[in-house]
Amino acid sequence: MKDEAVTREDRVASLKGMGCSRKRVEDARFTQGKGNYVDDIKLDGMLFGDFVRSPYAHAKITNIDTSAAMEVPGVLAVLTAADLAPLGLHWMPTLAGDKQMVLADGKVLFQGQEVAFVVAEDRYAAADGIEAVEVEYEELPVIVDPFEALQSDVVLRPDTVGEDGSPSDGAHGPRKHHNHIFTWECGDKDPTEQVIANAEVVAEESMYYHRTHPCPLETCGCVASMDKVNGKLTLWGTFQAPHAIRTVVSLISGIEEHNIRVISPDIGGGFGNKVGAYPGYVCSVVASIVTGKPVKWIEDRMDNLMTTAFARDYWMKGRISATKDGKITGLHCHVTADHGGFDACADPTKFPAGFMNICTGSYDIPTAFLEVDGVYTNKAPGGVSYRCSFRVTEAVYFIERMIEVLAIELDMDASELRKINFIKKEQFPYKAALGWEYDSGDYHTAWDKAMKAVDYDGLRAEQKQRIEDFKAGKTRKLLGIGLTHFTEIVGAGPVKNCDILGLGMFDSCEIRIHPTGSAIARLGTISQGQGHATTFAQILASEIGLPADSITIEEGDTDTAPYGLGTYGSRSTPVAGAATAMAGRKIRAKAQMIAAYLLEVHDDDVEFDVDRFVVKGAPEKFKTMKEIAFAAYNQAIPGVEPGLEAVSYYDPPNMTYPFGAYVCVMEIDVDTGVTDIRQFYALDDCGTRINPMIIEGQIHGGLTEALAVALGQEIAYDDMGNVKTGTLMDFFLPTAWEVPNYETDHTVTPSPHHPIGAKGVGESPHVGGVPCFSNAVHDAFRAFGLRQTNMPHDHWRIWRTANELGLHD
Amino acid sequence: MTQKNQYKLNVNGQTVEVTAEPRELLIYTLREQLNITGPHIGCETSHCGACTVTIDGKSVKSCTMFVAQAEGKEITTIEGLGGPDALHPLQEAFKEHHGLQCGYCTPGMITRASKLLEEIPNPTEEEIRFGMAGNICRCTGYQNIVKSIKAAAAEINAAKEAAQ
Repeated sequence: MKDEAVTREDRVASLKGMGCSRKRVEDARFTQGKGNYVDDIKLDGMLFGDFVRSPYAHAKITNIDTSAAMEVPGVLAVLTAADLAPLGLHWMPTLAGDKQMVLADGKVLFQGQEVAFVVAEDRYAAADGIEAVEVEYEELPVIVDPFEALQSDVVLRPDTVGEDGSPSDGAHGPRKHHNHIFTWECGDKDPTEQVIANAEVVAEESMYYHRTHPCPLETCGCVASMDKVNGKLTLWGTFQAPHAIRTVVSLISGIEEHNIRVISPDIGGGFGNKVGAYPGYVCSVVASIVTGKPVKWIEDRMDNLMTTAFARDYWMKGRISATKDGKITGLHCHVTADHGGFDACADPTKFPAGFMNICTGSYDIPTAFLEVDGVYTNKAPGGVSYRCSFRVTEAVYFIERMIEVLAIELDMDASELRKINFIKKEQFPYKAALGWEYDSGDYHTAWDKAMKAVDYDGLRAEQKQRIEDFKAGKTRKLLGIGLTHFTEIVGAGPVKNCDILGLGMFDSCEIRIHPTGSAIARLGTISQGQGHATTFAQILASEIGLPADSITIEEGDTDTAPYGLGTYGSRSTPVAGAATAMAGRKIRAKAQMIAAYLLEVHDDDVEFDVDRFVVKGAPEKFKTMKEIAFAAYNQAIPGVEPGLEAVSYYDPPNMTYPFGAYVCVMEIDVDTGVTDIRQFYALDDCGTRINPMIIEGQIHGGLTEALAVALGQEIAYDDMGNVKTGTLMDFFLPTAWEVPNYETDHTVTPSPHHPIGAKGVGESPHVGGVPCFSNAVHDAFRAFGLRQTNMPHDHWRIWRTANELGLHD
Repeated sequence: MTQKNQYKLNVNGQTVEVTAEPRELLIYTLREQLNITGPHIGCETSHCGACTVTIDGKSVKSCTMFVAQAEGKEITTIEGLGGPDALHPLQEAFKEHHGLQCGYCTPGMITRASKLLEEIPNPTEEEIRFGMAGNICRCTGYQNIVKSIKAAAAEINAAKEAAQ
């Protein structure tokens, strides 16, 4: 035959399919400065819009005078709520079932809130116009503490109370107070209380997971262009979910969905920041309709940090019970969730606190109860999943801290305690007390591998010696050994329980094979740096036997891509990756019929082999996928339509549950509070591995974002509701200088329900990394009596901890 | 709005004249007037380095320099470092070693690294990390960026040696 010299291994390798570290196809453009981000878009006559923002966190607006601004050269229009009200666009729905002001409607609820939208010929003229808009404010009492909010007479949201002042029902049921948003309960309340009341040992702890921000390097922005001739609106923007944005824009604007084209060009990082819908999008669309010209809106860094999509801000209170020898019997968790002025969390509708109910973690906990209260305050709205799946970061931090606190209570080694309580391999699929069914896992194997890799016993011996040396005055540095075993829940999700605004969270892939054996595949997701154009082509290469290099992957254009819910919550591989495999299998099924016809045998007599169909028992008789592709377009095959295309909409039967074992070894200088990460070992099990190079890159990046959150990054407010960390001067983003090298490792436990067994990995390192860094800090001070100190563990806070423990005496 | 003036710049080897208000920041002149969109805007306070260009032999953050200050200066952006026909070794190395993800920081990162390798032709890891600390990446955790720069340094040095 023509390729006799080529071995099967050669054929596999030439596909660059799953499992190989294929170099990224995206990089040629990006390394040469030829990316196409939204701010790179330049259209004829394009205008620039920008916001007048509130300097106050809570104030009544008594007057807005735009007349001077309209005199500023280059300013074309100034929009206020009064202009949007006749269109019904002064408020918009949030993803959480609440509504949010597009432009301040009589009052403002947080510092930086959008008050007016100035449209000008360029960004300088817009800035001049903003300066000239005169807004009169009447300050109102500011509440930045959710516990105070629940006690206060001050009504933050008059639109959510009845005439008698009582709170009307919210999107998630009755509300307890006018500043209360929802109560969400999960699990068995009374049995949990009983188990804890009768337990041999109970550990109790409160912790605050501080407010922070995803802060992608590219801020949010869009370009809206209304073509009044053909009635079509095109909206380019930093959208992690372009199709959902199209549907939302259609619902709130009344423009029919087929007349809206949403395009996500290259996106400079998302991390959850770019999931939601923001006032800038609505105002740009309105401004384009009003002016008849394209309008661009791009946040600056302060706008981004102060107003769009914060993350976390969870006050968590836990009780964990166990037997004297460390077997956990029950877990109780209460969360007071600060949602800011509007509930704009981006969670599946039925989960107002996201998947916080994964908070039993990697442990076999028979009885548990979770209760979350959402609260309004005078802070920016958001509550997005910053590099995690819907509040999973909070859940994993909670349980991994509770385990450490229980270990202290039991006077037990924290690794040993974990091993006693891990869900065992044979227990999968495992039904957790708070409702989830974990698909697969082998926690003990992963944990043992990790402990061996870092020489855990050796580290503990070294730590013991260090403590003695410290007490003897021989050193001023302590050694912390941070442990974490996390279980994630990603891949939202099954349509039966996962939707956002009624849109089921399936995803999609459409494939067209060209006659010469190359292909294009389009998906409902959108890459923000994850390398989809590289990895999805690898999945297809393995499924359909055409080289990845011959497959174009396209995402982000709603006129061409099939409907999907986008990329966030590590859902692309679990959901769209599955759709890709399933669509590939449809291609293969048709290819089998074509091959059988060409080889003049029955369909069942041929089988797929890497890049071809061969006649069973006669491997010298075959047709390559390339030959089959051509035949699909030039042969009249009885009973088979011409062409070779497929589409798959994949509704996952379950979530996927990646897991991992992390260890952080940290040196802490007790006199300066300076931390030095000596070693960080990360073992991840994300099921089937598609591209090891990209997985490793995701882990490095996620760990670095975890380091940032754990050790310094926060959105802090003062009592007046002023944002104290609104620029990169104050908001900590680690540089190369602060970041260690990481050791990565893996085990492979495929997902049994996913077509290729992949679970997703993008967010695991962040979810597992934050508690691991934090546990290292805590562990360093455990011998001196520390139980809990809140993040971020910056130098000052660590110094203060050391001081409070009397280590400076 | 203030009066516009004419400024003469040398960008990527070509002399260009632009008309701009003196307050216009160089990054906007590059991106919006000259369509050089490789350098990006990430913070507008000199912290992130996405806008890094080389001006008269020094790494400069073009988001905090007025176009007026760039009058008569030689400016190199990522577009001037290498293109499809002849990539800069750093452009090759970043791809080879997965030194980028979303790509937003990459032009500034590579432009800065190109200067670093002129300042220190054979840098240690510590020197790379210190020398690149003005450029923030949110995706990679820097490990592969360091690897890429090391590899490019080796490549450049080997080419130099071969030429001698």
